[in-house]
Amino acid sequence: MDFRLSEEQRAIVEVARSFAHNEMAPHAATWDEQSIFPVDTLKAAARLGMAAMFVPEADGGSGLGRLEAALVFEQLARACPSTAAFLSIHNMVGWMIATHGTAEQKARHLPGMVTMDTVASYCLTEPGAGSDAASLRTRAAAEGADYVLDGEKAFISGGSVSDLYAVMARTGGEGAGGISCILVEKGTPGLGFGKPERKLGWHSQPTAAVVFDGCRVPQANRLGDEGEGFRIAMRALDGGRVNIAACSLGGAAACLDLALAHAKERRQFGRAIADFQAIRFTLADMATDLEAARLMTWRAAAALDADDPEKTKLCAMAKRLATDLCFDICNMALQIHGGYGYLRDFPVERYVRDLRVHQILEGTNEIMRVIIARRLLAE
Amino acid sequence: MKILVPVKRVVDFNVKVRVKSDQSGVETANVKMSMNPFDEIAVEEAVRIKEAGAAEEVVAVSLGVPQAAETIRTALAMGADRGILVKTEEALEPLAVAKLLKAIVEREAPGLVILGKQAIDDDSNQTGQMLAALLGWPQGTFASKVVLQDGFVEVTREVDGGLETLKLKRPAVITTDLRLNEPRYASLPSIMKAKKKPIEELTPGALGVDVAPRLEVLKVTEPPKRTAGVRVNSVAELVDKLRNEAKVLP
Repeated sequence: MDFRLSEEQRAIVEVARSFAHNEMAPHAATWDEQSIFPVDTLKAAARLGMAAMFVPEADGGSGLGRLEAALVFEQLARACPSTAAFLSIHNMVGWMIATHGTAEQKARHLPGMVTMDTVASYCLTEPGAGSDAASLRTRAAAEGADYVLDGEKAFISGGSVSDLYAVMARTGGEGAGGISCILVEKGTPGLGFGKPERKLGWHSQPTAAVVFDGCRVPQANRLGDEGEGFRIAMRALDGGRVNIAACSLGGAAACLDLALAHAKERRQFGRAIADFQAIRFTLADMATDLEAARLMTWRAAAALDADDPEKTKLCAMAKRLATDLCFDICNMALQIHGGYGYLRDFPVERYVRDLRVHQILEGTNEIMRVIIARRLLAE
Repeated sequence: MKILVPVKRVVDFNVKVRVKSDQSGVETANVKMSMNPFDEIAVEEAVRIKEAGAAEEVVAVSLGVPQAAETIRTALAMGADRGILVKTEEALEPLAVAKLLKAIVEREAPGLVILGKQAIDDDSNQTGQMLAALLGWPQGTFASKVVLQDGFVEVTREVDGGLETLKLKRPAVITTDLRLNEPRYASLPSIMKAKKKPIEELTPGALGVDVAPRLEVLKVTEPPKRTAGVRVNSVAELVDKLRNEAKVLP
């Protein structure tokens, strides 16, 4: 087993690293503080092929594997986990359309998504349907050649700023089999948004409810077959979980670097705090946990690329492990910084706030355990 | 027109270099290596000239260890069309590099050679000048602006007194300064495509060039550690120290 990255993978890391370092890191604190959605920076990333990484080259995308994308997201998240995560969601919708879309749907949406002139959001969660996503109640009633959507989606990243919404809605009976995926474009009458949510972190991207009130779209907007929507949504989330794990790696890696620098510089009791065993052991644990999380994430990414039958379980494991360990790494970095870590003048607290939500979204870490256990017990 | 861009693999500019314990050079084992930043500027300029329609082909050439192919690949990802790697384990001095490049120029017949004004490892700042002399071509060094004209190239140079503009007859050698352009990031698809672009491999022997060193490195040492400063009490004392201790004032 060879754990070395290939020459191309290393070149991809290098481009993502320098883009993040030059174009994102200097602004990330301002984006956070002022809740700025950096659409120009996202478009600059798109020019490097980062907005359509799972879209085949034939459709104008970068045609990369999951592992390569995980490498990119880790590097971008070193600078700003919130912005990197937003880009990962856009990429997830790009995958859905590239994989399940008709030729017309691809031609209509993918060119804009590649450049991020069309920003896309994923709409599954509802106020009453979170972990129990298959109980969702947004209705898409067939009327002639159209669907008429009624209902509400909650916690939607990009809600109100995105141009395209991939909406899981009920076209049939109860349960997962009654759900279809429908593309709704911004500007469609009956599509509305709640006010921007006030959040602990992820300030560089707006989160809002997406509301459908007699929102009429052609049935040709349906992605995949009727009743296939939940399956598409779950397959997309397998990849989304690797992406969010990778975003956690980047935040944790940045915090480890900050903690190392601070421990060497900060002096107490007449010596650098890096000379104290309590700090040294903490740093050692942080580095070990980061490496474990990274290996698990790469393992899951490789499983997706290889279409491994265990991929869903491995993605759930990676998401659970990486988001938990990496949040703890950021939190330990804050502790090493002491009172300074709690100040907004230092970047650590931003990473702590940003990474906290990774344990909740793309399926909570409790739901990850449900997925893993279900697979274990079925074997 | 064809543009030849020599690119050098050097210790990355972010790396804190360490001198080898035997003082024979700096440590390069397990150290991150990248393209010389001035050469990145050269690649960018050549690719821009090609994109503007004034050149048909950009050829990146590197000399040295097999891993220098990665440096060529970086140039290919930025938009160069093909690469040439002259493989040698020998430590190359500027004169040997200039002779190898001359041999390649004679094979390729480019209309321009654009290269970094110096490499950030040895800071020799000699290769471009030596190459121009060996070829008998005009040279425009430390370029901050390059404008192609019919059969000529206008090069604005950064000199001590300000800017100097030269008009060179092509073919010519240009060396790049920091402000010539801002190199692009290679896009992810172009990184993948670079894998498919050809890299020809040659040896100094095949080019008929003797690369044996003319110089002998006696030793490489770290610069002296910076010592603590002193606080002066008055401007008069500062001036006195500058004049009599540092001897930087008359």
